[in-house]
Amino acid sequence: MSALLQLDNVTVQFGGLKAVSDLSFRIGEGELVGLIGPNGAGKTTVFNLITGVYRPTSGRITFREKSVVGRRPYKITAGGIARTFQNIRLFGSLSVFDNVRCACNMHLSHGISHALWRGGGFDREEGEVERSVMELLEIFGLAAERDLSCRALPYGDQRRLEIVRALATRPKLLLLDEPAAGMNPTEKQELMKLIRFTQEKFGLAVLLVEHDMKVVMGICERIAVLDYGQKIAEGTPAEIRCDPKVVAAYLGKDAE
Amino acid sequence: MRSKLLLIGSLICCALASWLLKGFNPYYYDILISVGIGIILATGLNLVNGYTGQFSLGHAGFMAVGAYLGSALSLEIQFGYPDWPNWAGDAFYWWPWDGFLTVVEAVLRIAVWLHNEFVTVTHSLPDTARFVIALFYGGAIASIAGLGIGVPSLRLKGDYLAIVTLGFNEIIKVVIQNAEPLGAQRGLGGMIRQTNLFWTFGFAAITIYAVLSLVNSTYGRGFLAVRDDEVAAEAMGINTTKYKVLAFVIAAFFAGIAGGLYAHFKQFITPEGFNFLRSVDIVVMVILGGMGNTVGVCFAAVLLTILPEVLRVFAKSEVLDRIIHFIYQGLSTEHFATASAKTRELFENRMILYSLLLIILMLTRPQGLFGGLGLPRRREQVEKK
Repeated sequence: MSALLQLDNVTVQFGGLKAVSDLSFRIGEGELVGLIGPNGAGKTTVFNLITGVYRPTSGRITFREKSVVGRRPYKITAGGIARTFQNIRLFGSLSVFDNVRCACNMHLSHGISHALWRGGGFDREEGEVERSVMELLEIFGLAAERDLSCRALPYGDQRRLEIVRALATRPKLLLLDEPAAGMNPTEKQELMKLIRFTQEKFGLAVLLVEHDMKVVMGICERIAVLDYGQKIAEGTPAEIRCDPKVVAAYLGKDAE
Repeated sequence: MRSKLLLIGSLICCALASWLLKGFNPYYYDILISVGIGIILATGLNLVNGYTGQFSLGHAGFMAVGAYLGSALSLEIQFGYPDWPNWAGDAFYWWPWDGFLTVVEAVLRIAVWLHNEFVTVTHSLPDTARFVIALFYGGAIASIAGLGIGVPSLRLKGDYLAIVTLGFNEIIKVVIQNAEPLGAQRGLGGMIRQTNLFWTFGFAAITIYAVLSLVNSTYGRGFLAVRDDEVAAEAMGINTTKYKVLAFVIAAFFAGIAGGLYAHFKQFITPEGFNFLRSVDIVVMVILGGMGNTVGVCFAAVLLTILPEVLRVFAKSEVLDRIIHFIYQGLSTEHFATASAKTRELFENRMILYSLLLIILMLTRPQGLFGGLGLPRRREQVEKK
């Protein structure tokens, strides 16, 4: 399998703190990979490195054989990496529909002049955007709420909307940052189904950061474990579960 | 399509109104024009402060650029080439500094040359054509200034940006105060009075159309995304830098046009007329109308322009007499005289009352007069529709 995303010896340093050190791993086309680790292990930092929010101190990150280091986040998104956020970051004053519509922004062929002139091409394109947004909303069961303020949605739906919004950028790789945070067991079950469904339907590779072991073990094909910014293990869920290093990182070592 | 028809319709209405109101009471005519200029300024600023969420306090600066450069064109003022002072003398030579000065001087020289050429080219045109060209010229230069202020806005947020834009406003004022060809501190006069209802409200309609049609397109939703969450906007593929600068450039363009209209209406402009207080006036219109609500902002622009005049008329009207009589009817003659005199005094100091009204409005509706009327908040509301 060819690597979609590849991290080679990536290190990032904030002052004296090495948030991520010498991390290497790869995600293949259409793979569902989990990234786990105790609090403060650097999982979200890895996301921020991949999406260009932070710049690695050293190392290489390549996506589809092109380096993403030093590129602006919106360009990386345009290249095919979309993400959701740990604490929900929807556009609070916009409706559900508009939230998703914003993410179609970069696929527009028109610019400011079209928006001002409002000719036939503009109408056609707006129609296309509307159709594709509604299609997505319908798939994820949010079509009835299209004109609601996104803040009026229940928590689980807001998480779902964030995923829909990320999908509207038509990514190849979807990064999900703790999608199950704050959900009850039933919602978690639904979320697992949703993630798997999304992955199959859109042919995506998914990188999932999650604390909930049931979710991670349940859906991931491969799991990488981070602790203090270093990768301590990688393998199938079954392998990870028995790995002594992982157990030590989560539960602490025996006092010998 | 509908919005374009509406724009054309309102332009025709402006032309009709302008023709019908030729012999209108000049006092009311004055107020009407001020209202139109206020609408242009406030709607433009609303794109920056309301829709894009960048707090700009320097809108009068852009207005000044438009007013002065527009007037420079219609008055055929030509600038001399800058004689760059050799500050440090020959004893001090440091190539980066001298290199920088050389580049600045070259840019200024090119700008002056272009301006002078443009003045010569437009010299033989009829007055009205020159006036319209002057408006667009002022707007264009103001939008270049907007580009200049948009660049620091990429790094600054909130209060810090407000202070930078405020400083920018002052810089423009001070530059004009020292520009001898533009009349410096004495002010610039002698423009022909060409601003009429058609041009003012025509441009107001164009401004409203431009801002609304931008914001109500997929492209323009980017402005709102930048306001709501910059990090998320960037992660959704929106070039936040471009949107912020674009908002400044568009707002500055319309402020420049408003400045040109103002200059060709009052026929006399001073640098002091475009100070920080003028900027605050416009910001108040935006906040009172409700950030990011064009209808509300237009309404606030009308209200805030008319209110001082209404209060002026009210202070001298019989209605106030009757109200005073009604309130103080039980008092003895002596007390009545003092009380009514004091009340009248309050109404004559109308700016105090004006500020009081503003405070009360902001306390009762902090989200603005029309703010928060955009989206249904609950499910039931949608289903009811």
